[in-house]
Amino acid sequence: MNAPTTLTDPTDRADGSGEAGAGRGGGAVRFLRWDTAVGVLLVAVLLAGSGTTEGFADVTNLSAALNDTAEIALIALPMTLLVVAGQVDLSVASMLGLSSALAGSLWDAGWAFEMIVPLCLLLGVLGGLLNGWLVTRVGLPSLAVTIGTLTLYRGLASVVLGNKAVSDFPETYAQWASYTEPVPGTFIPYPIAVFIVLAALAAFVLHSTAAGRSLFAMGAQEEAARFAGIRVNRIKLVLFAVTGFMASFAGIVYTLRYGSARADNGLGLELVVIASVLLGGIDFNGGRGTLGGAVAGVLLIGVLNNLLTLNDISNEIQVIVTGVLLVASVLTPRVIAVASERRQRRAATAT
Amino acid sequence: MRLHTRSRVYAATAAACALSLALGGCSGTTKGDAKDDAKDKAQNAKADPDAPLKKGLKLAFLPKQINNPYEKIVDEAGIAAAKGYGGKAKEVGPSDAKASSQVSYINTLVQQRQDAILIAANDPNAVCGPLKQAMKQDIKVVSYDSDTAKDCRQLFINQASSEEIGRSLVKRTAEQVGHKGQIAILSATQNATNQNAWIEFMKDELKKPAYKDMKLVKTAYGDDDDQKSFQETQGLLKAYPKLKAVISPTTVGIAAAARYISDSSYKGKVVLNGLGTPNQMRKYIKDGTVEEFSLWDPKKLGYLGSYAAASLASGQITGKQGEKFKAGKLGERTVGKDGEVILGPPTVFDKKNIGDYDF
Repeated sequence: MNAPTTLTDPTDRADGSGEAGAGRGGGAVRFLRWDTAVGVLLVAVLLAGSGTTEGFADVTNLSAALNDTAEIALIALPMTLLVVAGQVDLSVASMLGLSSALAGSLWDAGWAFEMIVPLCLLLGVLGGLLNGWLVTRVGLPSLAVTIGTLTLYRGLASVVLGNKAVSDFPETYAQWASYTEPVPGTFIPYPIAVFIVLAALAAFVLHSTAAGRSLFAMGAQEEAARFAGIRVNRIKLVLFAVTGFMASFAGIVYTLRYGSARADNGLGLELVVIASVLLGGIDFNGGRGTLGGAVAGVLLIGVLNNLLTLNDISNEIQVIVTGVLLVASVLTPRVIAVASERRQRRAATAT
Repeated sequence: MRLHTRSRVYAATAAACALSLALGGCSGTTKGDAKDDAKDKAQNAKADPDAPLKKGLKLAFLPKQINNPYEKIVDEAGIAAAKGYGGKAKEVGPSDAKASSQVSYINTLVQQRQDAILIAANDPNAVCGPLKQAMKQDIKVVSYDSDTAKDCRQLFINQASSEEIGRSLVKRTAEQVGHKGQIAILSATQNATNQNAWIEFMKDELKKPAYKDMKLVKTAYGDDDDQKSFQETQGLLKAYPKLKAVISPTTVGIAAAARYISDSSYKGKVVLNGLGTPNQMRKYIKDGTVEEFSLWDPKKLGYLGSYAAASLASGQITGKQGEKFKAGKLGERTVGKDGEVILGPPTVFDKKNIGDYDF
């Protein structure tokens, strides 16, 4: 995951601000930052949608559209931290399914829901620790490890619940996860409210604490970070545990929201999570990105899909739109970097 | 610094824990407490059997998956039928057969203020919440092909009764193999509502003394994926060399199985029966791989669904047992138990009649 060869300007990367090229380009480039662009694009889509599409700006529609991204958004938070630190976890959707399957089978066996939730969360932490252990102690690359556990956790989910689908979860909890019962006085459903709180917390940790800066340092160059006294392995272990925890929490939300626990719940969701994070301008090589960008990426994909569906645009086109955005998100920062480098060179020859 | 990292992470963990636990009190809630929530109030409305079909009704077909060829036939027939009575129908849906994808479609259909939603459910329960939401906003819900939970829709257009399909497939296959030997089932996904219902009735039929020399050795799942179904067929025939027949109650499965058997040494030795479409199976009927298979007419299914949804939206019926409505050229239909409207017995296709059908 770490690619020290791409490290062209250590001072730019290790400063923890994650501003691509900000050190060189100054004010104009700041506006060209991809994460800002995604934020602007999100606002543009919201405005265009409410202007052109009947029912889009309707609060129930916004609640439903937001709630549809709940699991992706929740998992995207720890995923952002992981990717910034140069790691990735592909097993999140399988952990979501495993958590859902466990919840279903225990509920079916007559357990109290209040007992099931902490157990599922504990399982998530354990699954995350296994990922972390394999990465830090055994020294395997996170991509390889989590491709393995992706299959493993999904398989376990099928063992736990088989081909059954468990439903009839308690109404109070189901309503908590439903978009029809938002936080009183707002249109924000409870799962999204939890997400907002956690997003603020994650943004604070990533951008305003020494711990956050050490994540950027690890992602930029792990060896250097280790020599600088950052306990790289311990931080990684904690990150994987937190990711597992959030994935299993998302599994509970998913189960309640759809009222159906199944082993194949959330199949393929890991790619949507990673796509959203990358769309938000987080560098897949690590060391670069902002949490705000990741959140904007998640919301952009969710809102755009809702808007396109409302306009009866076929699913194939929606997938293409998301794909084009993703390619743009990888390409644009590079183009900007090249452009500012040229300008700098021109400025240098002028003097 | 490290200490801070950890304490913050722990704090976040604890906060999330507390949040998840504090949802709605902490008295133990178990399965026994969960009650079926209020049934849809819309059914309390009075039906007016003489009400004419309203003009300009907006109908939306939501198939399991937008490129499911079988459901495409159903939906297109339904859309054509809607034109006949002055309604506007369309087909929308996800490109993957996932319940979660259907849910976002239901939400947008509610926003678009459709008069009726016709759905082939990927999961009987996962689509329930939003469908109930739709019914609360006076949008009629009709399921077809694959049912939702009973209180999440007003009508279910059943292609044929599950019992009839399951039992008749076993009966016809038994006659082909002389009521003797091992048989296997090649189904769709493990969770498919309709396939599972049919398989239950197949198993029940096999318990009868007439089938005492027949044994169901395995139910394989091809996930309605051509390649996987092909491999599963291959696997079945390898694992059970004495296998006499394969029953595949899914159009994707039977076509893939026929393709495998037609090019193998099992051709003519292993009986293949099940549900298939004439166009997909024509070749295998002609080359003798398959003697016969069954299916209802999917065009009639879409046609009936379209009329049933329009009758609901016009107030002719409300979905109660015993109500009658006119389904265009199919004549008068009666709503049965649990809001089911049955299309009729399946058609058996063989060498003699397959030339008459094109779908």
